[in-house]
Parts: sequence; C-alpha cells; structure tokens
Amino acid sequence: MRDLRDTYDVAVVGAGPAGLAAAANCARAGLMTVLFDEQASLGGQIYRAITATPVKRDTIFGADYWSGAKLVRDFLASGAQYVPSATVWSLTREREIGVSVAGLARIVRAEQVILATGALERPFPAPGWTLPGVMTVGAAQILLKSSGLVPRGRTVLAGCGPLLWLLAWQYLNAGLCIDAILDTTPRLSRAMAIRHAPDFVLSPYLAKGLRLLLTVRRRVRVIGNVVELRIEGRTHVESVVYRTTAGTEQRLPVDTVFLHQGIVPNVNLAMAVGIEHHWDEMQLCWTPVLDAAGNSGIPGIAVAGDGAGIAGAEAAQARGEIAGLAAVKTLRPGALGRVGPDETTVRARLKRVMRGRAFLDAYYQPMSQFRRPIGNTIVCRCEEVTARQIIDTVALGCDGPNQMKAFLRCGMGACQGRLCGLTVTELIAHARGVAPQATGYYRIRPPVKPITVAELAQLPKNESALRSVARS
Amino acid sequence: MFRRLPDVDDATIEVTIDGRAERVRAGDTVTAALFSVGIESHRTADVSGTPRTPYCMMGVCFECLVVIDGVGNRQGCLVPVSPGMRIETQRGKREVGR
Repeated sequence: MRDLRDTYDVAVVGAGPAGLAAAANCARAGLMTVLFDEQASLGGQIYRAITATPVKRDTIFGADYWSGAKLVRDFLASGAQYVPSATVWSLTREREIGVSVAGLARIVRAEQVILATGALERPFPAPGWTLPGVMTVGAAQILLKSSGLVPRGRTVLAGCGPLLWLLAWQYLNAGLCIDAILDTTPRLSRAMAIRHAPDFVLSPYLAKGLRLLLTVRRRVRVIGNVVELRIEGRTHVESVVYRTTAGTEQRLPVDTVFLHQGIVPNVNLAMAVGIEHHWDEMQLCWTPVLDAAGNSGIPGIAVAGDGAGIAGAEAAQARGEIAGLAAVKTLRPGALGRVGPDETTVRARLKRVMRGRAFLDAYYQPMSQFRRPIGNTIVCRCEEVTARQIIDTVALGCDGPNQMKAFLRCGMGACQGRLCGLTVTELIAHARGVAPQATGYYRIRPPVKPITVAELAQLPKNESALRSVARS
Repeated sequence: MFRRLPDVDDATIEVTIDGRAERVRAGDTVTAALFSVGIESHRTADVSGTPRTPYCMMGVCFECLVVIDGVGNRQGCLVPVSPGMRIETQRGKREVGR
C-alpha cells in the first residue's frame, strides 16, 4: 500500500484473463499501470490459484487451466504493479478509485480505467438453497483449486452449464465419487440451440466439451430432464427431491449439494459508476453498453472480459488485450508497436473463440422455474425475503427493484443484491407482464464492498479537505 | 463436510478458532481453514438466526462473514490465514464495537 502512487496512467480492476492481458499490454507500452485484485493470488476464478495451488497432481484440473500460466508469466514480466488482496469499493466518473488493502484505504486516480471484474454464478433460488451443505459448483471448484479440499460423503451436483460438467470431470480426475448429477438443461432450449449448431461445429470447444461430457456420463449417474428441484433438511441438507419430465417425485439422501446454472457478469462496480447496462435476452442478465474496444459511455472507463458479457476465458483474454491496446492508443500511440499482437490479430482470435457461444447460450439457458421461484423459497438470502413476499408486493403496486428495497429490504443486506438482483428483476417483470429491461435493476451505489468508517476516516487528506472542516 | 486430497502440500500454522488452538494449512483462506477443521456453518443469518454455509467462495455472497482478530463482518473467503490469527464464527449481524 505504501508503494501505491496517487496517480497512474492506467488502473485495471481484476486479475483474471481480461485484467492480466489488459494490464500487461499497457505496461509493455511504458504506461504506469496498476492492477488491483481482490484475491490473494493471480488468475481470477478461471485460473484461480494457478501460482499458488497446493494440489501437486497436475492432471486433475486439465490443460485449459494450466494454459493460464503463460498469461500470468507475461503479466509478471510486463512491469505492471500488482496489488493483491485489494478491495475496490468505489469508482467515480472522474476515475478516482477507492481501494482498501489490509484495512488501509486510499484514493487513486487514473487516466484510463479498465474494469475486468469478471463473472459470478447466476443465483439458483431453489427451495432449501440456504441450508448448510449447499454451495455452488464454482465454490466447490475454488476449494479444490486453492486448497485441495473436496467433499466427503454423498455428493450431488444439480443444474446446468459447462462449469458443472467441468467440476464433475475434475472430481473424477481427483478420484472422487459423485453420487448423481441432476441435469436441468431444458429440452426446449436444446431444440432451439440446433439453430446455432452449424457454428458450434466449427468451435474449438466442441471436441473438448464432448469428450468431457462423455467421460462424466460414463462414470456418473446422470438424471436428465429435471424440472423440479428442492433441497430438504432441518439444520443441514439431508436430501434432494426432484422430478423429471417423465416421472414422479424422487428423493436422494445426500450430504453435500453443489448448485449451478451458468455465470453472469459481475456488474456492481460498473453500475455504481453509472455505466449504462442493458438486459441480454439470450444470456438473461445485465451487460454494459460498450463500443467494440470495450469503452463505456463514460470517458476513460472501459470494461473487458466476462464482466462485459459472458464469453469464456479465451475471449476474456482477447477482450482484455483489445482494451489494453485501446488505452495505449489513447495515451501513447507511438508505443503500440511494442505491445504485443496487434488489434487485427487479436480480433481474428476473438472471432474464432466466440464461435459457438450462441449455441452454448441457447443450449444452457436455465429454465424459468429455476430462475423465478415461488412460495416460501428465499430470494434475498441476506434479508431473508421470499418469492411470495415479492410477488405479493408487486400486487400492492410496487413496480421496480428499488421500490422493493423500501418495502421488503431485499437487496439491502451485505451482498448488496449480488445474489438476488437478477431474481428480483425477473420476478417483478414476470408478475407485471413487462420486460426485464423496462423493470430495471437495483440502483448500485458506492461503497460496492463494505469498508469501515475508520478506513474512510483514515484516508489521506489534502489541504483543501482539511480546510473545509476546520473551525475558524 | 470437506477433506483434503492426500497429496496436497500441507505445512501448517497455528490459529485460534472460537478460542481453541487449531493447526490449519498455511495458504488457506479463513473459510477453507474452518472447513478443514470440520466447521461447516461460519455464521448465522441476520434475520432468522439459522445457520449458514459459505456459498460462493469468491467474495460475492457474504455467507462467510466471521470475526477476525476482533473485527466482525470480514469475508473469510478473501482473507488468508496467518500465524496467531484469532477467528470467531459470527452470530447474526456485526456487533457494535467489533
């Protein structure tokens, strides 16, 4: 923190593939570049703990994971300043970044800011999802990568999306037994996805994905066409109850359940600074409105990677490179030559890795009953607000997420709407018969992460700040 | 709930968890360390007081909130353990004064 300057040419937030690539390009051009990351080690979630994993067997995670090592090496060699365990809690239109490290807060200003805050898992508000013993698939993978921790006892994975199958495959590689996979991939979207199949055939992901799926299907009991799901237990998960399109209700006794239904952009910081977002009808989430280089409507602030719309790690890296090149072009165009692959080359690569994305989006689009719960199912985990309360409150005339906060406190807890915002938008939109775009989202305000009053009070003050509160 | 894979680097350090001395793996986060010693619920919910488990492990769900060295509402999944660290599971909201 003491090494931190007051001003930088470029500040990047997030050390996943997009942030690493963007920061490296800027630093290689000789721009004074800082990269803030909330985690203690580099890599984001996709390359989580790539420099720090205690797991020695390198066959568990797969080659795609280890391919991130080069990106990390290139970043470390670039000369960018890396600040781990840094919580960015504020960003203004003037590009002042509020950041805390180990309980000390600072304000840092940059000419260009690149947000690479990545993705989070879409909420999965199934009945019982707050019970101990229920976590996300992403959480399970993080415990595996960064600590070598794996579940003991009966384990069930439920939901849909590539990450679910990847975790199952990695668990099998690690020698684990998975009791069942409850697959909620909808039949209807599978039919819709066929439209995009010709493109997917050319995708670099097809062969890899199929191989992985087949391996998992051969070795794990996969129960397909699940259309109802709830988790039961008194003080801990005891069973998962499900129904398929074909059958009656079934019950599986279980010790641990990992849920997943895709990932969505982590938008809080981008929204807090006022970047316009729109509702993506295919990915069913908010994405920032950006130009081709990732620039937002706010001068000097760009968004790169999955935070700009879900497209996967390789696309995130390419979009990070492009955002970095754009910053270099603005601040030091003469240095473009020594940065790395030029824009044309990166765009060609981006186009290639984006092939088949539309297919994946259509294929794995989660079913409405898993996005819009009913009855006593908790929607807002922090303030413990149920689906019925939200739907009933719409009937009282409450027609948007911000009004809903005032009525029910949903979205006002510690997670600041990250785990309920999409659900609340979709529930209100559906109940009112309007589009999510017209329904809107919570108004996100700084601080986007909790900081103590003491941290704020200890911010270094300039002369005018001191004078403004001095008694004469 | 969780066990360690057999061939994992496991140099340990000592911390206290709810007043008890425990050895945990150096390099783990507070949340991972609590899981590794068999503690599954790290906080209780603000409103109902029911036990909760960390849900996302990446800093967005806030179900991992614990008291670290006397400071409440810390996200355990973001903080690496350090020697002598005092970790306490949290009951409901952050208490005044810590």
